[in-house]
Amino acid sequence: MSETALAARGLHKSFGSLVVASDINIELPAGVRYALIGPNGAGKTSLINLVTGMLQPDAGQILLGDNDITALSPELRVQRGLARTFQINSLFPHLTALESVMLAVCERRGVARTWWRRLPAYRHEIDEAYDILGALALASVCHRPTRELAYGQQRLLEIALALAMRPKVLLLDEPAAGVPRDESRELFAAIAGLSRDITVLFIEHDMELVFRFASRVIVLVGGRVMVEGTPQEIAADARVRAVYLGKATGRPERPRDD
Amino acid sequence: MATEAIAGPQDYLRDQIRWRWGEILFWFATLLPFVLAPSYLVLASQIAITALFALSLDLILGFCGIVSLGHAAYFGLGSYTAGLLSKWGWGEPLSGLLIAALAAGLFGYLTSFIVARFRHLALIMITLGLGLLLQEAANSASWLTGGSDGLQGIHTWPLLARFKFDLYGYTAYSYALAVLFVVFLGARRLIHSPFGLALRGIRENGQRMPAIGAPTHSHIRTIYTIAAAVAGLAGALLAQTTETVSLEALGFQRSADVLVMLILGGTGRLYGGLIGAAVYMIARDQFSGLNPQYWYFWIGLLLIAVVTLLPNGILGGLSLLTRRRKAAP
Amino acid sequence: MPPVFGVFFDGIAYGMLLFLLSVGLSVTLGMMNFVNLAHCSFAMLGGYVTVTLMNAAGWPFLATLPVAFVAGAAASVLLERILFRRFYQASDLEQCLLTIGIVFVSIAGAAYIYGTDQQPLQLPSYLRGSLTFMGLNFAVYRLFLIAIALLITIVLVTGLEATRFGAQVRAAVNNQRMARGLGINVEALFATTFALGSGLAGLGGALAVAMVGLDPSFAFVYLIYVLIVVSVGGLGSIAGSFAAAMLLGVSDIAGKYYVPAIGSVLIYLVMIVLLMWRPAGLFGRR
Repeated sequence: MSETALAARGLHKSFGSLVVASDINIELPAGVRYALIGPNGAGKTSLINLVTGMLQPDAGQILLGDNDITALSPELRVQRGLARTFQINSLFPHLTALESVMLAVCERRGVARTWWRRLPAYRHEIDEAYDILGALALASVCHRPTRELAYGQQRLLEIALALAMRPKVLLLDEPAAGVPRDESRELFAAIAGLSRDITVLFIEHDMELVFRFASRVIVLVGGRVMVEGTPQEIAADARVRAVYLGKATGRPERPRDD
Repeated sequence: MATEAIAGPQDYLRDQIRWRWGEILFWFATLLPFVLAPSYLVLASQIAITALFALSLDLILGFCGIVSLGHAAYFGLGSYTAGLLSKWGWGEPLSGLLIAALAAGLFGYLTSFIVARFRHLALIMITLGLGLLLQEAANSASWLTGGSDGLQGIHTWPLLARFKFDLYGYTAYSYALAVLFVVFLGARRLIHSPFGLALRGIRENGQRMPAIGAPTHSHIRTIYTIAAAVAGLAGALLAQTTETVSLEALGFQRSADVLVMLILGGTGRLYGGLIGAAVYMIARDQFSGLNPQYWYFWIGLLLIAVVTLLPNGILGGLSLLTRRRKAAP
Repeated sequence: MPPVFGVFFDGIAYGMLLFLLSVGLSVTLGMMNFVNLAHCSFAMLGGYVTVTLMNAAGWPFLATLPVAFVAGAAASVLLERILFRRFYQASDLEQCLLTIGIVFVSIAGAAYIYGTDQQPLQLPSYLRGSLTFMGLNFAVYRLFLIAIALLITIVLVTGLEATRFGAQVRAAVNNQRMARGLGINVEALFATTFALGSGLAGLGGALAVAMVGLDPSFAFVYLIYVLIVVSVGGLGSIAGSFAAAMLLGVSDIAGKYYVPAIGSVLIYLVMIVLLMWRPAGLFGRR
């Protein structure tokens, strides 16, 4: 029986009459790839915000491994091994790709407070940042300011920042959103190449990605978990089809190869 | 793979932060007043002091994105501390400097808990409010501060027990310039350290910082305390070299002036505050016959012009020029 | 007559004045997040327009008030067209500095044209003196001020709640992106709201002369108070501005009367404490 990497118990959150999370219970076993799908406004990003601490739940618990992290601030949760990416790029425009990842690495290693040693002296951190960027095919542009990178490269940098935290659980918020076809190859390779040690939950609308990478799918509708199962089960579920109303789904019998 | 991959980025980073020729020339140029313009040494020491103050504001504004309309509070606090120390009998300059920096730094540390929690308008208002509060308090506590008459009876002992502070300003300028240079070296180190990188991260995207595990509030408190201490140093220098302290040392005018200087020179570039201070003070000296209202008319126009035409200040404009020249065949 | 009542009444009147001066800034800040520190320059303009029309052209006081309103609105339209428009996406710092520059220019301009002395203003006889009602003294001018401010508040609130324009303003303040998505021309809306708010400031400036005086430093001194009202009340909220203006008006007058030693400091302390309790202001949202 695999250990639970991330669990949410009885999560509730509402803004006045708008309910974004209602009695959400999920358990992610370690190393499994989960996809979180649902129509717009279902509360998917809100769930990630609740789990990462950017939103405070009205009720419920969040557990990372065995630890209750409900009361922890966002940065403390990150230090315990929970990382996320943002649906809309949230990067550092004037910092280079290398500087951005180095910053994340330095924060993780706790050296970000030292002001008396120059950056080039931190060889371990530089190497680590460079390796992360290399694994995501960003090494050649590591010295370019973030705002000069192509959109697909920026999405990869989002993931690089999250990976720099050496997370045990990684939450990806629509990683492929807005990425044009010709730039998505590296992105897909990056997601496929994620270490099996990391438990991944990703929000996606692109069903092709869901079928390619997820071994289990959670369907969220109106702040509630409607159903959970394998991608095949979900695709065949009549309720899910009804909710999506004609949304194109990738057919599980014939995976597409680009 | 290991050695090949490392050489690139590390060397590149080292190259980014090495001393440029322009910088070395700049610091040699600061020695010129001794030879070329000895009658202006008093003005030069004023410029050095103001430049130090501008540098302290750049640390929080240019590098961390904290807009403060009340930074003069720490300058004035340093000024009054050094002045009072001297008035009460201890006129040794270096120790007075340190004590003043400590006092200003302590006040900065305490207020940083409030300041770190705010952004945008609320932050501007809090810093403005704190500055005005201190100004009013200093005005009311005239038994301590001398009120609008200012502090009397300050006498600074000779520096290092040998160099007297004379009317010509030799000692004053050497003293101020030395302190400026030493602090500058420290600031330069800080900017190029991991902490400096974290500050820039806060400036670029404060929201993202917690998501990479950064204790943003803690970082802000640290830099705010450091900036307050440096401002206090500058204030103490002013008190010691001019042997006077008045309410305008912590007034809104001073906070606004230093902001103008920093924008003029260019924020976030370390040298911006220094150059802006020099340009502003020299211009003010040249136009000193002008009615103060007219001066603020031209400063107002200058502000509008700089923000509209040259948002990154003089240094920003220069770097734009050099980049264009490099790009043109 | 118990001094408490007098202080309270004066505080309310002062608060009403602060409200008139602040409401425009609160709404435009809430809508476009444009930090316009030159707001009180429009107020000062209104004051000088009234004074000039009365003293140099012999106009009756009440007739100058609409002109002060129009002057404030017109000046803002001009500045918005020429300058402000380009800075809506700029950083807080740039907007601050741009508008501080305008404040400096306006103060210097006023000093150049009118000198630095207080401007004399002769109120018409029916606005001078005081009324006695139920044993309490009410200064007529302050009553007049309160009446006008309440009237304007009612107009503003009904306008906001009952007209289409008001609904658009509320939508844009609430969520600019969504408002745009609904087809609302946010730029035109903002220009109109900005003009209205600046007009109100001009009117406030004209009314302020007889109560607190007028000299070139007005644009700066009252800017501080207005900023305090706006940040404490919450951006984009008329109710917030009203509540904050009352609170600050009364505590400022009360502070200066009862504890003169710290009286002038009280208003800053109140602001800092309130902002710490509610960083987005009493009625603010972010």
